[in-house]
Amino acid sequence: MAGKESSSVPSTPLLKDELDIVIPTIRNLDFLEMWRPFFRPYHLIIVQDGDPTKTIKVPEGFDYELYNRNDINRILGPKANCISFKDSACRCFGYMVSKKKYIYTIDDDCFVAKDPSGKEINALEQHIKNLLSPSTPYFFNTLYDPYQTGADFVRGYPFSLREGAPTAVSHGLWLNIPDYDAPTQLVKPRERNTRYVDAVLTIPKGTLFPMCGMNLAFDRELIGPAMYFGLMGDGQPIGRYDDMWAGWCTKVICDHLGLGVKTGLPYIWHSKASNPFVNLKKEYKGIFWQEELIPFFQSVALPKDCTSVQKCYIELSKQVREKLAKIDPYFTKLADAMITWIEAWDELNPSGAAAGAANGTAK
Amino acid sequence: MSLKIEDNEVDIVIAALRPNLNTFLEAWRTFFSNFHLIIVKDPNLEEDLQIPPGFDHQVYTKSDMDRVLNGASINFSGHSCRYFGYLISRKKYIISVDDDCLPARDNSGVIVDAVTQHISNLQTPATPFFFNTLYDPYRQGADFVRGYPFSLRDGVECLLSCGLWLNIADYDAPTQIVKPSERNTRYVDAVMTVPLRAMMPLSGINIGFNREVLGPALVPGLRLVGEGKRRWETIEDIWSGMCAKVVCDHLGYGVKSGLPYVWRGVGSDTDNPMDSLKKEWEGVKLMEEIVPFFQSVKLPKTAVTAADCVIEISRMARENLASLNPVYAQAADTMEAWVNLWKVAGSDRL
Repeated sequence: MAGKESSSVPSTPLLKDELDIVIPTIRNLDFLEMWRPFFRPYHLIIVQDGDPTKTIKVPEGFDYELYNRNDINRILGPKANCISFKDSACRCFGYMVSKKKYIYTIDDDCFVAKDPSGKEINALEQHIKNLLSPSTPYFFNTLYDPYQTGADFVRGYPFSLREGAPTAVSHGLWLNIPDYDAPTQLVKPRERNTRYVDAVLTIPKGTLFPMCGMNLAFDRELIGPAMYFGLMGDGQPIGRYDDMWAGWCTKVICDHLGLGVKTGLPYIWHSKASNPFVNLKKEYKGIFWQEELIPFFQSVALPKDCTSVQKCYIELSKQVREKLAKIDPYFTKLADAMITWIEAWDELNPSGAAAGAANGTAK
Repeated sequence: MSLKIEDNEVDIVIAALRPNLNTFLEAWRTFFSNFHLIIVKDPNLEEDLQIPPGFDHQVYTKSDMDRVLNGASINFSGHSCRYFGYLISRKKYIISVDDDCLPARDNSGVIVDAVTQHISNLQTPATPFFFNTLYDPYRQGADFVRGYPFSLRDGVECLLSCGLWLNIADYDAPTQIVKPSERNTRYVDAVMTVPLRAMMPLSGINIGFNREVLGPALVPGLRLVGEGKRRWETIEDIWSGMCAKVVCDHLGYGVKSGLPYVWRGVGSDTDNPMDSLKKEWEGVKLMEEIVPFFQSVKLPKTAVTAADCVIEISRMARENLASLNPVYAQAADTMEAWVNLWKVAGSDRL
């Protein structure tokens, strides 16, 4: 890396006062050293999972607030039971306490990737570009994101749809260790993702996708309350479905409210392959349950009077309770937790509160 | 569920809108040499075609079209002439590339075998019911990601493979006017399934499809009043692509988009997009009606073949669109005539 410049001054706005980076961690934050040139301008919200008596050292020079389990319990009181423990799902607490318009969340085993020309990828800059330009959920553009330099809408794309929809979510991808489920990892332990696909595209309205929380950005004002990562980890029958759950809820709500979800660039470099046997134990129920969850989400209809994310989410929780409880009592608990989440969100984010009023505690 | 497509199950259909096919065919020789070519001459083209030796091919001209049409009202002039090739073919699969497109090079400089890629897209399943964020899971080095339901991993048969273009992208006339020197230089190394119910504009420039199942849906129905020879003066492929997508969605098949790329530009008329705008503006306006129409099409359970579906769509087009513009009534007529011709083709009586 000696002598190599980081990305030249971006013409994309930095949004340094409008974006928080949320990082869940249980180990350490060494990975931040590699991200330093890209993350330095931003405020970090670190959510420390696991043992709260452990001290997680944050590298020098970062502006951050850090929350451990004791903080979460103190801030949320009885509502803290909606935040997972011993699972990276706890990251959504960071979304809730943030006061910024945008969130970028990244896992602590994700590093800066290089594009095919060898240049380091400024993932955050790409996410910002994705969020600041419209999505096109109503008609598929075969040249992918028409707002990217060098691309446009193709012949046949209706002009009335070319303004697009506001982008709520930017879902990035990963080189090296792909985000496979445990069975696939067991069958293909050596497979690495080496294919750099130079595209961003909008996931069409009405189409669901598996949202991965490793490299994800979203407009908190547009969709934040839908980004609840569910009940996972300690005391729960399931793990590794936190981001999936949030993704299905988010997509259904985005489709209802006329918001867009993009996927594709940017890539990060995913360095750590988690143990597939451990993963299998966590995911096992999910693999069966998702067979019923997908048809459920595919057929969800939200009534017209659900005009806010919170209303949509509460309605969704009702339908989860009605229709999914028969799969497992877990879903009744989850439906409760979904409501608790929204109550906690609204308490911490009363409508009309000025953005930027700092509330976090730097430690 | 992957199929194995043999070379002798494929015809390559070339619409000859200009007489000299030497450059085009020589450039594609390596990739076309194992296949039978159906070369369809634009009925408005008067000069003889120049075809280099060594290709297994058959040329079809206006007289063949007149004989087959036997009075049916289908206009095969211009870019629509290729549909005659689709009709007359006896093979299960068709690959078709515009005669102003040459093989492209990928990001490592390797020449792309578009034919093999289309065949690969048609051989491997499509996954329209759930989006895979790593794109085509059947490609080497890829797979379904975490969270992809296992019951959906068999996929469905892919009936249509829509390729892309480097250099001169398939833009409409207004975009050409605003960005006359823009060239598509981005080689996106992905194939993906276009999800269920998502509509897309099919570009007829570079496609492969299952003729046996989907043939009747690729119909030269919608002709602009001022249709011209340049690609951006037509929208017949856009209309047929929407038919094809609706049919695939209804019958439970898939459509893929992405690789292969072709290099578009040799012989493409990039001058005078203003002239094109005069011809194409009508199409730009029609898309505003066409897209909502196709998005609202619901086919009955009794429509179990592409032909059934096309007849239904033509009926709905007549009911819902004909009052808006005479081209739609014409399209509906053409679609019906097309399905009838297709039935005759199926019984080998052409």
